Amino acid sequence: MSQSTSPHSIQSLIKPKSIRPTVFWRLAEDIPRPLNTVLMIASIAIPLLLWWLVTTFGNIDPKFLPSPAKVMEAFGRLWSTRELLKDTVASLWRVGVGFLFAALLSIPVGVLMGSFPSIRALLEPVFGLMRYMPAPAFIPLLILYLGIGEEPKITLIFIGVFFFNSLMVMDTVKFVPKELIEATYMLGGNRWEALTQVILPHVLPGILDACRINLAAAWQLVIVSELIAATEGLGRRISVAGRFLRTDEIFVGLIVIGVIGLAFDLLFQYLLRLTCSWASQKR
Amino acid sequence: MFLQINKLNKNFETQSGTLVVLKDIDMAIEQGEFICAVGASGSGKSTLLRQIAGLDHPTTGEVRIEGNSVTGPGPDRGMVFQHYTLFPWKTVQENTEFGLKLQGVPKKERREQASYYLNVVGLSQFAQALPKALSGGMKQRVAIARALASEPKILLMDEPFGALDIHTKESMHEFMIDLWQRTGITVFMITHDVEEAVFLSNRIYALGARPGTVRKVMTISLPNRTHLVKRQSVFHDYRDELMDLLRQHGQEALATL
Ligand SMILES: Nc1ncnc2c1ncn2[C@@H]1O[C@H](COP(=O)(O)OP(=O)(O)OP(=O)(O)O)[C@@H](O)[C@H]1O
Ligand SMILES: [Mg+2]
Repeated sequence: MSQSTSPHSIQSLIKPKSIRPTVFWRLAEDIPRPLNTVLMIASIAIPLLLWWLVTTFGNIDPKFLPSPAKVMEAFGRLWSTRELLKDTVASLWRVGVGFLFAALLSIPVGVLMGSFPSIRALLEPVFGLMRYMPAPAFIPLLILYLGIGEEPKITLIFIGVFFFNSLMVMDTVKFVPKELIEATYMLGGNRWEALTQVILPHVLPGILDACRINLAAAWQLVIVSELIAATEGLGRRISVAGRFLRTDEIFVGLIVIGVIGLAFDLLFQYLLRLTCSWASQKR
Repeated sequence: MFLQINKLNKNFETQSGTLVVLKDIDMAIEQGEFICAVGASGSGKSTLLRQIAGLDHPTTGEVRIEGNSVTGPGPDRGMVFQHYTLFPWKTVQENTEFGLKLQGVPKKERREQASYYLNVVGLSQFAQALPKALSGGMKQRVAIARALASEPKILLMDEPFGALDIHTKESMHEFMIDLWQRTGITVFMITHDVEEAVFLSNRIYALGARPGTVRKVMTISLPNRTHLVKRQSVFHDYRDELMDLLRQHGQEALATL
């Protein structure tokens, strides 16, 4: 041990530091509610404003970037002919069916994989492999096997959601403290009761979160699937509009897709808060 | 003999070879005793308790309760874990009832039983609260109530008061003494707090570390079990004897490292 650094000399080398109070740069702390609201509104309003400024004063070809007013006009036009509604319903239906099947299957499969190392060993390698195959790459096969109706589109969404969701649910199960399961045994519970009355409620928030994330993936896949062969749907609307250079309709399609996706997200977050108020950390 | 541990050995296989954690443990505990096992951190106390609980199996040897060999976990042994193990989505009342629910007790009866034990641990007002709203000491009292609600033959506790401040700890001690005297339940408690062990138990097993062995069994007989006894010389004598014993073990263990 060297004697050269006495406590006195180290003091002179320490750089003085202090943490100043702040509102905006708070780390992992809540900011005041009004500020939160203002920032959230600004998050949408500023891009809208920029868009409006650029198209109004920027002398840009509307075929390239239509103004907000033109997009609103296109929205009104598509709405009045009921085309937009038909497209939206068609896409929603595909996502709904494909996602529902995938979720209903992947939740029990994921819980079993997380709970039983035997089932995990049996399924994790093949699921891990499937996960890295991009779902759109299955489109040619799906057309070959299932034709060009609704089945290949729904199957595409199923493939894209099922493997991811299973693995994500499995991960949430791995984080159930072993001691909670042992406490259940000591209280007279068997494996089935530990699974259904302890593991399942414990992972419910994690499952909802996994579903929320994968619903976004499902929503992307439906658009991709409609780009190939469809008579209606939001993806189809966008690709047709593109072919005829109706840029305003492309924007209508994009915005509708975004708003519906956001609405789903908020719905899931609401469900999460409703069912899992016991999880002490805010989500 | 109520609880009997015969020639128990426990090894763990690790990457660096076989780790001998418990070696030749023999214990004989009568019904109604309050036993503390004391030892340094890493001496295998939790491991020993897990063998009694049936959550893990001895490498050789056996644990017998009322003559029957322990083969797995079960509600005849109430367990209070070293860390908080309340179910966070269940209220205090539901947590306390859960064992009875698992054992098929009808709703009304289990409600009454849980309420009774919540009253015993002094948490009746918090019956509808979630665990996150409780302090550490309160959580541990709920865990005790949950273990007691099934009326186990023995209460197994793994450093239940380790994380509590000294005053809360003291009131938990008085609570434990009161509970023990009223119900006559057998208690096997693990601790590394020497004063806690002397104050609570009628016998102490002092464990040495690496590998964990029983170094000494001390029989404690105090004139009374109020906090005032902690100022008497008989208490100090027990405490110092146990301290010296553990210190000696600690030095031996360090010397072998
Ligand atoms: N599952 C396991 N696999 C391998 N080693 C283990 C396992 N469980 C415990 N050990 C080892 O056994 C030894 C004793 O652990 P144990 O948890 O029983 O100690 P303890 O006396 O309860 O300590 P503390 O007072 O810190 O709780 C430790 O060295 C630990 O690393
Ligand atoms: Mg321990």
